[in-house]
Amino acid sequence: MDKHFNEVGKARPKIDGKGLVTGRPAYTDDLACGDALVVKIIRSPHAHARIVSVDMSDAQKVSGFVLALSSKDVKRIPFTRAGQGHPEPSPHDKFILDEYVRYVGDEVAIVAAIDEESAAEAARLVKVEYEVLDAVLDFEEAMDNPTVIHPEPEIHDMFPIGFEPKRNIAAAYAMEIGDVEKVLEASEVRIKASYHTQAQAHVALEPHTAYTYLDLHGRLNVITSTQNPFHTRRLLGQALDMPLRNIRIQKPRIGGGFGAKQHLHVEPYAALVTLKTGKPAKVVLSRKEVFEATFSRHQMRIDVGIGATRDGHIRAIDMHVLSNTGAYGEHALTVFMVGGSKTLPLYNKVEAVRFGGQIVYTNKVPAGAYRGYGAIQGNFALESAIDELAAKLGMDPVELRKKNMIAEGQTSEVFKIMGEGGEGVEMIVESCKLDYCVKRGCRLIDWLPSRLAYEVAPGRIRAKGMAIAMQGSGIPLIDMGSANLELQDDGFFKLHMGATDLGTGSDTILAQIAAEELGVDSDDIIVYASDTDHTPYDVGAYASSTTYVSGNAVIRAAQNMKKELCAAAAAKFSVDTDQVEFDGKELRTKDGSRTITLKELSFDVLYHDGLNMKTINASGSFSGEKSPPPYMAGFVEVEIDVETGKVDVLDYVAVVDCGTPINPQLARIQVEGGLLQGIGMALYEDVQYTENGHLRTNNLMHYKIPSREDVKKLTVEFAESYEPSGPFGAKSVGEIGIDTPLAAIANAIYNATGARIRELPLTPPKVLAAIREAAQS
Amino acid sequence: MTITLTVNGQEKVHMITPGAMLVDVLRSAGYTEVKKGCDTGSCGVCTVLLDGLPILSCSYLAAKADGHEITTIRGLEKEAAEFSEFLVGEGADQCGFCSPGLALTVMAMKKELKAPSDEEIKHYLAGNLCRCSGYEGQLRAIKKYLEACRG
Repeated sequence: MDKHFNEVGKARPKIDGKGLVTGRPAYTDDLACGDALVVKIIRSPHAHARIVSVDMSDAQKVSGFVLALSSKDVKRIPFTRAGQGHPEPSPHDKFILDEYVRYVGDEVAIVAAIDEESAAEAARLVKVEYEVLDAVLDFEEAMDNPTVIHPEPEIHDMFPIGFEPKRNIAAAYAMEIGDVEKVLEASEVRIKASYHTQAQAHVALEPHTAYTYLDLHGRLNVITSTQNPFHTRRLLGQALDMPLRNIRIQKPRIGGGFGAKQHLHVEPYAALVTLKTGKPAKVVLSRKEVFEATFSRHQMRIDVGIGATRDGHIRAIDMHVLSNTGAYGEHALTVFMVGGSKTLPLYNKVEAVRFGGQIVYTNKVPAGAYRGYGAIQGNFALESAIDELAAKLGMDPVELRKKNMIAEGQTSEVFKIMGEGGEGVEMIVESCKLDYCVKRGCRLIDWLPSRLAYEVAPGRIRAKGMAIAMQGSGIPLIDMGSANLELQDDGFFKLHMGATDLGTGSDTILAQIAAEELGVDSDDIIVYASDTDHTPYDVGAYASSTTYVSGNAVIRAAQNMKKELCAAAAAKFSVDTDQVEFDGKELRTKDGSRTITLKELSFDVLYHDGLNMKTINASGSFSGEKSPPPYMAGFVEVEIDVETGKVDVLDYVAVVDCGTPINPQLARIQVEGGLLQGIGMALYEDVQYTENGHLRTNNLMHYKIPSREDVKKLTVEFAESYEPSGPFGAKSVGEIGIDTPLAAIANAIYNATGARIRELPLTPPKVLAAIREAAQS
Repeated sequence: MTITLTVNGQEKVHMITPGAMLVDVLRSAGYTEVKKGCDTGSCGVCTVLLDGLPILSCSYLAAKADGHEITTIRGLEKEAAEFSEFLVGEGADQCGFCSPGLALTVMAMKKELKAPSDEEIKHYLAGNLCRCSGYEGQLRAIKKYLEACRG
């Protein structure tokens, strides 16, 4: 293990940080030209309806009105908005504009006008007549409901995913290793419980925005706040029936994503207006629209069965999931499968394991990718159930986990059987410091099994709880990243990559990786990323993939660049390439007789070498053959007011094994940010509807995310770990932080009060009711 | 109608519709450093200083600002650059969308509060939401910045 890094492991400042703090124009709407047409989307006020007529006549009278389009003006092509690999594991069940609307907020028509005011006025004057249809709002009643949400004949899946729209099933899945029923039956101790996780809203602070124009070649240029420009190009081409060569996607700075911007929500509408008018156009969603008409996390019911021996050896795990995908099936199957594939391998000593269920359509805001992506839902259920088992066994929950959890050098059959949308890959876990994470977490939170709860004042109980978690690092054999390096005069490098920095600092981290491999300073790496015309292919920022997948691509590009540099110097020295060494500053023959600085070489090859002058460039691509999981142990100390049911998180301790943190400061913030989103989901974030399917939580006054006054203390540490397949030992860190708070806090509440709450969020009324119920029984 | 705003020291007449919010007037006049995040005065990314005090420009009628002095983060470029060293030093500048609003509020707090405690800092900045950082890194940065300003 090489620990002598120059750039890796250093807290290099984020390269765009200063510009963003000082307010330089950076985001999509900052870059849109002043005369871009403003596009407004007319949205359904009904959860389920057929559009009888759209009357644009009054709208057309508005001064400044330019264009209005309804489903009759748009080609009818089913597509998916989910930014995923190809072929898409999501059903093609969405039309840019359709005759039917399937949730409150679904797109009905669009108008474009010369400015904000006239566009808003025109949108207000579009008259739509609806035939209101019965809606399916309760996901537990969706399957085989008389109301079919997707009866349209053209929709289809791209490969078998269990798609049965006539039954309101977007996807289904089942797997079994061993005979679960038999092993459960034979187990001395059994747990069986049902857990509910709610929909959660991403609340990236920049609302979804796209700006489109035709360049002088007549090509469609799309500047958009996206996490995956290349998927966006492909899906947009599909939806608009355009050859991909005519589309260019550029990602400027993006104001947060968390999975929210892994999808096409705005691009098609701006693009339609630009294509029809030839003029620049933009769509900037309001916050209300972001809530009502983008995506949320999949709501799930997870039934868990566990069988164990009396001394705490877990023999079987059974997980059955019902997932609510809302009106469209985006990420339906993949999020669902991650619920098992990124939780079940934690307990890899089982004799039998089963995972399955359905993902159903309802007339609610569609669900999509959101940080944690199924793993967080599965983790809440499994890690709550493990504590329930510990209670039944009378065992310390930490001891129970230590006895059963995965360790370095081990594997799980689940890895091979379950991937994301299909089979997985076999994988030996070469880096896993979960044992250290648990031990260190116990010390930091001062875990004493006999004293997990105590009263600090009358009616105020302090208590501790914990959970462990795993994620992945990219999707093996499906997702790929690439990078190009080019030597510039004066001896610096251009690094062009398709990887998409959504605020995490990946541009900085990938520059550090390139600099480390080349042996130069990261200041000598100029990054240009995320432009489908100018950067090589990359799947984009999701599935915790950027550092691992794109980082490995950068290393390969840098290795190839070193070879090219040595070859260029060798030609100069008239020796074989393998006789030349490069130390980041100088190229020299192994015998030391000839040397040239990188700077001199860069000028020579571009200015001085006559017929031998050339651009030195190198590229690298990477797709993983495995997805090494990062691990985390999360410990929480809460204070519960038993009179009101209010729960305050006093400290959250996260000990994380993400391999080598390439940039420790940025890695730490990733964990802290993830923790707080998890704490928000655990305690109060909740997407709520009225009885007729209107979103009650459609603004930031009703949908509460944590403020800085809600944070008492977050304690984050990293385990010393090195993943051999990762760039300089790195695994991912983007998602792992969000997974444990749900179960850890629920477990702490149980430890404090004896009340087991299986339905999120853990709001004061629910906690209070559970405390009262526990006191009675 | 027309209003006169002095933005970052520069006085200019703006044509506005009577119900226009200050954030929209500023953004369409080219002050894109003022961000728009929630439309309901809940997230703080649209913060500007009005006569030196922080206000939420997404829920402030532009007409009300007539004749007043507005400061955006680009009007405090030097201070913002100094503050950014601390924020990026902690890695707490993530997507950056909340950063200009946060930086402006920190500038206002620095004037208003002497040696604030952690709780006072959190309370003063409570209206500036951030979804990326978990706030702890921002707090570390703000404390170090205030410390450095005190010398």
